[in-house]
Order: sequence, then C-alpha cells, then structure tokens
Amino acid sequence: MQIDMKQPILEKNDAIAAQLRQRFADAGVFVLDLLASPGSGKTSTILATIDALRDEFNIAVIEGDIASSVDAEKIKRQGTSAVQINTGGACHLESAMIKRAVDVLDLDRLDLIIIENVGNLVCPTDFDLGENAKVMILSVPEGDDKPLKYPGVFQVSDAIVLNKVDTMPVFDFNEQAFRDEVHRLNPTAPIFPIAATKGSGVEEWASWLAEKIRAI
Amino acid sequence: MHELGIMTGVLDAAKETAKNAGATRLLEVTLRIGDMTEAIEDALVFAFEALTEGDPFTEGAKLNIIMVHPKSRCLECGAEYSHDRFNMFCPECDSFATELLEGKELQIDSIEVDLPEDDALAKN
Repeated sequence: MQIDMKQPILEKNDAIAAQLRQRFADAGVFVLDLLASPGSGKTSTILATIDALRDEFNIAVIEGDIASSVDAEKIKRQGTSAVQINTGGACHLESAMIKRAVDVLDLDRLDLIIIENVGNLVCPTDFDLGENAKVMILSVPEGDDKPLKYPGVFQVSDAIVLNKVDTMPVFDFNEQAFRDEVHRLNPTAPIFPIAATKGSGVEEWASWLAEKIRAI
Repeated sequence: MHELGIMTGVLDAAKETAKNAGATRLLEVTLRIGDMTEAIEDALVFAFEALTEGDPFTEGAKLNIIMVHPKSRCLECGAEYSHDRFNMFCPECDSFATELLEGKELQIDSIEVDLPEDDALAKN
C-alpha cells in the first residue's frame, strides 16, 4: 500500500528553528549564522566584529566545531561570553544544538548572537538555525572561483565578507571575476572586503550588521 | 556528508508513519530533492542502503529520488521559467527580483509498505 507523506525531511529541525526564531524575536536579539571554510578567518572576523560593536551591543558567540574549545577560549579571553558546541564529527550545526546552547545564555541581556558554524561550505546551507541572517566569509587564498564550485552557500547568504584582502597581491585573486560571479548567484548580497587581523574594512561590514541589529 | 543525517531523519519519519498504519515492512521510499539543495543523489542512496540494512522492517527497501529542477517567477514581469542553479535572472526582462518556486525541496513524497491485509488479499 502506498502512503502519501508530503513531509519536509528536515521538519524536526525546521520546527525547532521556528521556536528559536520566536524566542530570539521575543528577547529582541539578532542572530547571525556565519558560514565559511576552515582557516578562512571566521574567529578573527568575529573578534574584529565584536571589537567594532561591543560599545553599542551586548554580544555572545556560539562556537560550532567538530572537536575542541580553542575558538570559544579565544572569544572568552576577549571578555565576551562564548558557548562551545562540539558536533562530534557532524559537518554542520542543527537547530537542536543551538537550542541547547541558547538555554545557557541570558537572552534578555543580549542584542547579538554570532553563531560560528562548522568550517564547511556545503552542509550548513540546508539547515535553518532560527537565525536572522546567514553571512559567509570567503578568504582570498581560497580563490576567486569558489562561487562556481559552491553556489549554494553564496545563494543563501545575506552578505559576503571577503577576508584577507591584504594578501591579494600574493594570490592570483581576480576580484572583479569574483564580484561578477557572486552577483550572478545572489544579486542583492553586498560584498565586504576586509582584513580581519589588520582591522581594515571591518567598519563598513560592522555598520551593515549594526543597522540590521537596530532594525529588529 | 550531511546525507547520512538527512537519511536518518527520512527513515525515522517513514518508519513511524508505516508503523502507525499497521505495516509489517517498509518497501519503498520516494523523495523529492531540489537541484538547489546540497543533498547529493549518490550519497543519499549510499546512506539509505547503509541504514536499511540489518533492520528486518526496512531490509531490501527501495529508494526513489525525484530530482526537482529549479523554477522561478519574476516579480517584475510575472514570467515563470525554469533555470539552472547558477542563473536565476528573469530571461524575459533581465530582472533579478525573482522568487524561487521549486528547486529547494527536501521532502518525503510517499512510502510503499506491506500491510498484513495485503498478505491476506494476496493469498485469496
């Protein structure tokens, strides 16, 4: 016998994400899901972003990694609350993991939660975490052809941070080709060239984010 | 490799529905997968085989995957058109204000199960 199901595969994930989204809205906190490859400078970008925004906003970070708490320790050393999630091998974060992390945070006190997803340009794109925005970081050494290879992540992102632009003379990175390709995939997403560890470009990116946070 | 996680969810839901209907075995699962998701057909098949093996309820079950080609509607001129996963611009007016209608599906369409009554009917 055939049984019609017509049921979303990620129904459980989506249901928890919807509950989270409501909790975040009730508490007036903006949630950013940050996607990128390993080594693209996610943690450095987060540290630079915190530096730029900490005077105006209360910020917490949820760190997703397969193992270790190295990143959470780095964030905590800067005086910001950080919760580490170890996925134990899983290549992406799911909403149930975020729920557990959020339960230990004081949401009412916060304005911004930055979720550092597992370093991966593929799997995290299919999972709703209840966030207000997904933003991806691509670093110059990864190459200007990445939009061609990983279109999905460029399409789901509300903005694209191009990190390590100070290394552009060393790597053969064609910024115009990169911009054209991103524009084809996602015409409305702004691109923010930054060098997170040097601080350049961070202001423009941080003010885009600040505007989003103030708007909720 | 999030296909294993996806397929675990598929089988959990399929088994629950089958058992609620009083089925004795799960025979077939049909999925609708959009071309614009990151789920890869081969990896889904591999995960399905790995997860159905060794469970008498699911052993030998078949997986059908219907791949859904992306389709959008232009919010400027109203044109509806098919496209690949890279070029979503409206082919009629070049607008990029478009809305994706199909292509993001990650859906369990239907399942085929063995019911005790099916066996009774077959014997008659």
